[in-house]
Amino acid sequence: MQTPLKTTLSINGTRHEIEGDARLTLLDALRDHLGLTGSKKGCDHGQCGACTVLLNGRRVNSCLTLLCMHDGDEVTTIEGLGTPDTPSDLQRAFVDRDGMQCGYCTPGQICSATAMIEEIRQGWPSHASEGLEGEVAPTPAEIAERMSGNLCRCGCYPNIVDAIADVIAEEGP
Amino acid sequence: MNRHHKMDSADRQNRLDGMAQGLIGTDVPRPDGMAKATGTATYAAEERREGMLHGVLVRATVPGGRVADVDTDALAKALGDDVTVITDARLLQVPAQGTDGKAPPQGPDLVHYVGQPLALVVAPSFEVARHGARLLGIRYEGGEEGHFDPEDDATPTELRDKKTVDIGDLDAAMAKAAHSVDAVWRTPGHVSAAMEPHAAVAWWEGEHLTVRSALQMLKFNRDELADALGIPAENVRLLAPFVGGGFGSKLGISHEAVGAAIAARQLGRPVRVVLSRQQVFEAVMRRSETRQHLRLCADEEGRLTGIGHDCLVSNLPGQDFAEPVIQGSRFAYAAPNRHLSLRLARVNRTCAGSVRAPGEAVGLTALENAMDELAEAIGIDPVELRLRNVPEEDPTDGKPFSSMMMAEVLREGARRFDWQRRNPIPALRREGDPRREWLRGMGMSLLVRGNILDEAEARVRLLPAEDGAPVRAEVETDMTDIGTGSYAVLSQIAAEMLGLPMERVTTRLGDSALPPSPGSGGSWGAGSSGSSVYLACLELRTRLARALGCDEGELTLRDGQATGGNHSRPLAELLDGGTIEAVGHIEPGKTAKERRQATYGAQFAEVEVSRHTGEVRVRRMLGVFAAGRILNSRTARSQCLGGMTFGIGMALSEELEHDPRDGHLVNRDFAGYHIPVNADVPQLEVHLMEERDPWANPMQSKGIGELGICGAAAAITNAIHNATGARVRDYPATPDRVLAAMAVAN
Amino acid sequence: MNPFAYHRARDEQDATATAADDGTSFVAGATNLVDLMKLGVKTPGRLVDITRIEGLDRIERTDDGGLRIGTLVTNSDLAADPVVRRDYPVLSRAILAGASGQLRNKATTGGNLLQHPRCPYFQDLAMPCNMREPGSGCAAQGGPMRLHAILGTSAACIAAHPGDMGVAMGVLDAAVETARPGQEGRSLSLEELYRLPGERPDIRTVLEPGEMIRAVVLPPPPGGTHVYRKVRDRASYAFALVSTAVVLRLEDGYIQAGRIALGGVAPRPWRNPHAEEAMTGEPPSEALFDRVANILLAEAVDRSALGRDGAPGFKIDLARRTIRAALWQAVERSEGGAGKTAGEAA
Repeated sequence: MQTPLKTTLSINGTRHEIEGDARLTLLDALRDHLGLTGSKKGCDHGQCGACTVLLNGRRVNSCLTLLCMHDGDEVTTIEGLGTPDTPSDLQRAFVDRDGMQCGYCTPGQICSATAMIEEIRQGWPSHASEGLEGEVAPTPAEIAERMSGNLCRCGCYPNIVDAIADVIAEEGP
Repeated sequence: MNRHHKMDSADRQNRLDGMAQGLIGTDVPRPDGMAKATGTATYAAEERREGMLHGVLVRATVPGGRVADVDTDALAKALGDDVTVITDARLLQVPAQGTDGKAPPQGPDLVHYVGQPLALVVAPSFEVARHGARLLGIRYEGGEEGHFDPEDDATPTELRDKKTVDIGDLDAAMAKAAHSVDAVWRTPGHVSAAMEPHAAVAWWEGEHLTVRSALQMLKFNRDELADALGIPAENVRLLAPFVGGGFGSKLGISHEAVGAAIAARQLGRPVRVVLSRQQVFEAVMRRSETRQHLRLCADEEGRLTGIGHDCLVSNLPGQDFAEPVIQGSRFAYAAPNRHLSLRLARVNRTCAGSVRAPGEAVGLTALENAMDELAEAIGIDPVELRLRNVPEEDPTDGKPFSSMMMAEVLREGARRFDWQRRNPIPALRREGDPRREWLRGMGMSLLVRGNILDEAEARVRLLPAEDGAPVRAEVETDMTDIGTGSYAVLSQIAAEMLGLPMERVTTRLGDSALPPSPGSGGSWGAGSSGSSVYLACLELRTRLARALGCDEGELTLRDGQATGGNHSRPLAELLDGGTIEAVGHIEPGKTAKERRQATYGAQFAEVEVSRHTGEVRVRRMLGVFAAGRILNSRTARSQCLGGMTFGIGMALSEELEHDPRDGHLVNRDFAGYHIPVNADVPQLEVHLMEERDPWANPMQSKGIGELGICGAAAAITNAIHNATGARVRDYPATPDRVLAAMAVAN
Repeated sequence: MNPFAYHRARDEQDATATAADDGTSFVAGATNLVDLMKLGVKTPGRLVDITRIEGLDRIERTDDGGLRIGTLVTNSDLAADPVVRRDYPVLSRAILAGASGQLRNKATTGGNLLQHPRCPYFQDLAMPCNMREPGSGCAAQGGPMRLHAILGTSAACIAAHPGDMGVAMGVLDAAVETARPGQEGRSLSLEELYRLPGERPDIRTVLEPGEMIRAVVLPPPPGGTHVYRKVRDRASYAFALVSTAVVLRLEDGYIQAGRIALGGVAPRPWRNPHAEEAMTGEPPSEALFDRVANILLAEAVDRSALGRDGAPGFKIDLARRTIRAALWQAVERSEGGAGKTAGEAA
């Protein structure tokens, strides 16, 4: 049998101590132990991006990491980005642009986009970038490449790109 | 009080256009949008129940035979009494087909395909259940017989006689035609790949079972589940307020709901069963692969004289469903000589069933490739060829069309896409410099999809103003919103009919205790359940008119104010503190038989193809669609974007790969089965055309959920031809297949 | 997933000593290991978490002007590193052509090099696989494979190294620096690190029990034009059918030095010195690049059984074409201005 492990970490600014099976993934801990079900399980193997959360500010697949490895870390989930009454700019833009249909991939898309905008600001290049150095122009092709780790079967990609472009345009580089 | 309407004749009242709120057809945002964007919308697996146990299904690792023994020793030794193994004879062999309304084949001791669930391991946690499922030992006996290749001569096949169309003499027409095309296309199997895996949480209260699940059609699903469990349907309640995509995969009751219900009963606690992504691939429906033999012939002017479409598809032995590949070919083009047939091969692969737009999705694709080849053979523009073959009536059974916009979508699409810029000579033949790696080409295709109305009921309630809140309306039906926009569209219809702003209408869906609808599938959801909401509202309007003292026809409702017959009063006054409600009930009638009802689209694509590697990138894509009245231009557009994106996947990357030795699905995850990612999809353009179809339903709308995929892939492969001269007839057009086709062509 | 003991290593010594025991795995980014543990393909009895070891997440200049990349440097940080972007652009390009933004944020340098093949038969416990279970057979050879190897394979295994980063590191002559329990670590070239499958595809590297990659060392920048060309079944977020890393120095219309490594086609990043020698001093031409491809692919054999028509398989031809496309791309970029790089060509 698996001996339980205790992990202490910050989730959406609140300290949580979770005692659980060492096999518990960060995703299952969020969903099943803390009731933070905004992070979705689409494939459980890092192939769809529905489970994307921010780990110490960076986007990761929470399904592919073990909770016990994250003692002391800071996690932000979709619930930490905004609420229906106080949504983040991206959350509002996704609604405005219909960047969702079934909604299952949506929290992962928005978490991913939140960190992705920051990556663009830091000048990280992408596979779609013409050059590796200098500022990144947030063209639809750049946004699409950078968001390709988040599958959407409903086919909302053009709307997702528009929503993200809106936020980048509003907030400036 | 109810309002019932049967579509026995065209409904030309067109009442919706006379309403005053000004919402119908507009791009109202989905009311559930913010819940989805903030993660507060909850899906089946997220139902939390006190004391809930977790179940994991165990798969068959062989394609046939009988389960001789289930060995639980290793499991018991490792995990003790916490774990329960369920091999109940009521577990399903395959999920139910859409609208079956009865249990699918049951009994996990007989194996028909690799991946078939054989047992359920239940434990206090998911981690332990998953481990337990791995430790279960299953011994099989027998099972040497099996067929895995639909095209193998030894594989049994049967002709679906009822589908055969044989008019005139196609062979003779082909023989004397000025121009013809005669070739074979193949499309591989596809899966719906909805992002939410199949999940169910089941709990019992006495004899009453409640299951929170991911389902598209609760009315049918309730009967299927009850039948599978051997209990009365009245004792079953299904909940599916949010469903993370369906595309056909959640039409019928599936392994997880039955397994969870059995386990919950046996263990006296709520049980959750979620399929792993791999299980969704191999234990839920696939779209059959197809082999399609197309024959087209035409006279000098490009008028079709014959259409032949003879197809082979597959399914498990005993399954009735056969991908209806020739469905669209029955009426897409006029031609006096027609031969259409469908043959079903019996193979031991994952069960075949409905995946978005069964039939037309793959059938129109091959037909539209053949039309492109015919246009080239004749030497006329592909759009022009289609315009010369617009049918006057259904060419197979002579029924008049209800309304049809085929020519209009073709012309509008060509204009908007600047189609005239296309050079009919493939770029590769024009461009000699081998250093110009990327070759551009343009292609187009026609899209058609039959329209269906199904019986539906909905309840609409007008609630009086109270506590300072204004008059509100509630809509209730067991209809689902699988991303299609039901919440938006049904609220919108009620808001329009009752003269209320959107935010004052609440729609409740996805509960089998609510009035029954046909659910989401076959593109009939919005038209059917929307019509029932419309009828309920019509009944409420009649009562409001009576209270106001005018005829319903004179009544204007707007922003909570009723006006008519020289009276004008706020709804709050008319209701006088009371609630009024009505159930609307729509039934299909003679219009379904008397008219060919169909939706039309035209898609145009511009691609770049690497002459070196055969890689294809879609650079531009436009879809023009006509589907009767558009109820919500925003959600309709999104549905079309989705269909076009499916089309990109079908054209370029999606393919189920089966092992030839045991039929097992080799690429059973998202790393192996390539649905399009964001970078595969350019900023698609959608244009919706105005149309009214009085034969379809009282709202004069038609289904749009599947139209976008019906032939979409052909626009892309036709563009590949325009770039390279290559005819990819073996889908998908992956780099290797494009290179192979280029080698043949040049 | 089996139960396991979890140990958070304090330092390298603690890590290597603990991991020397049977059935123990190192874990860092976890993206590949947790994936395989969920499938039941990997069943370690103990995990040694090395992510808290100090000093392994740095990128530093070496004395000879090269670069030393700590094993815990994430793919994202490595691809975005200003020095890597400027001096080793093929490495940035290769990393950015792989996986997704999320995975690159988690995946580490050492873990990336040691990732397992994405052979679907390796990942399916119901299928015979010599890599997973020595002696059970290789079912992949009768299956519809697209991600299989055509070079360096054996009758026992046709699995390909699936990574992109390693292909660029291969072309850059990278070496891994290891730490070992109870003795000095060592330096291994990538050719030395990876074993070819032979009879024992389950032994994928020469690393000993408890031996851990602590860094990857790049020699001084090679200059020239860098190209990473990856052909896959969709535009992004897919493993390579074939990939090619090229570093080319072109002067006055002649190739002064050319290097080329292949990915997706062999159990390790694949180079052949004869192919590179053949380019030296030659002007670029179709004939030359054909010759380079011929040398690289001389031993290629496609052991997969592809599709219904029993065709010989596409991979050798696609590899040949990708080599030519990448080399021409490098030539064009060189002519268009020194130091340019290319990823997505279109």
